[in-house]
Amino acid sequence: MSRETALVTADWVEQNLDNDNVVLIEVDEDASAYDKGHIRGAVKLDWKKDLQDGVRHDFINQERLEKLLSEKGISNDDTLVFYGGNNNWFAAYALWYLKYYGHADVRLLDGGRKKWELDSRELTTDTVDRPATTYKAAGANDDIRAYRDEVIGAIGAKNLIDVRSPDEYAGRLLAPAHLPQEAAQIGGHIPTAGNVPWSKAANDDGTFRSDDELKALYADAGLDEGKDTIAYCRIGERSSHTWFVLSEILGYPNVKNYDGSWSEYGSLRGVPVALGDERGEA
Amino acid sequence: MCGAIQGGPSLDGVDVANQAVIQGIVTRDGEPVGNAYVRLLDRTGEFTAEVPTSATGQFRFFAAPGEWTLRTLAPRSASVDRPVVAAIGSVADVAVTV
Repeated sequence: MSRETALVTADWVEQNLDNDNVVLIEVDEDASAYDKGHIRGAVKLDWKKDLQDGVRHDFINQERLEKLLSEKGISNDDTLVFYGGNNNWFAAYALWYLKYYGHADVRLLDGGRKKWELDSRELTTDTVDRPATTYKAAGANDDIRAYRDEVIGAIGAKNLIDVRSPDEYAGRLLAPAHLPQEAAQIGGHIPTAGNVPWSKAANDDGTFRSDDELKALYADAGLDEGKDTIAYCRIGERSSHTWFVLSEILGYPNVKNYDGSWSEYGSLRGVPVALGDERGEA
Repeated sequence: MCGAIQGGPSLDGVDVANQAVIQGIVTRDGEPVGNAYVRLLDRTGEFTAEVPTSATGQFRFFAAPGEWTLRTLAPRSASVDRPVVAAIGSVADVAVTV
């Protein structure tokens, strides 16, 4: 993977607005943003209502995903371009999720919704109807998803990147101030994890920083390119953004998103936890 | 929409006594800017939060006490930085002109 295959520009999107094989998908933290205006032809996915199981603490299974994408009129050979607010935070999560189930061509609109708005590009409130399809997912790919036992085994062995804010990392906060739900039982971080807040990967306008800046950012946090990497946050969304940077833009091999993240790890009994601004010992 | 409302959004229902509120309005030539983005940067310049302005150009953060910078990005404008101090029990109202 590389920046050229992972990202598209706003100009590219404008040139492909009438290309039926390019499907724009808007995913926002505030799901009502789409209804106030969206890029022409874009389909809406609600990261919570559409993508979470609702009963089990997990995202929807393959069968439900196939039904959802079929209803949205998405085909297996479509190019999916995700975009959204907050530096593409939730768009990156949906992209990671679709990649997990094996969709071949998934990309992010560099800068997301914010860059599009700051450029004064067209938004519409038109209803989008795509004819239904029969979507067949390729199957789950655990090469990009980490589970708790692998994470515990990674302490002191693999690159662990905690992408939450410094206060969450240190255990002074359990969640971002505006998102109080789904907190863990305790605060802190996984010992030996470096802290690189996810938002450092983006410029003010929401576009990703240059490859050189991104490489330096993670190298400064101790990321060893010779080792496998697991990114985590609180519920796996912000870490999807960092997974995207490391795996899809920079092309580092063997990068996983631990979507259980701190809401799971910080509720496990008996696992090691570090408090404060230091990484802690293995 | 004609003319900007003064100050930030209504504080009805907000427990101001226990919060350090930073809020305000973004205007251009006296008119509210409803498609701007306001970022909250901490004392080291680090990104903390970002909100889009409302249709009436308004925004609000629940911050921690201390010194902050509001960075406003709006279409067809350079970004504007404004320092602000937040304290528990007070509302820091900031008028940003782009």
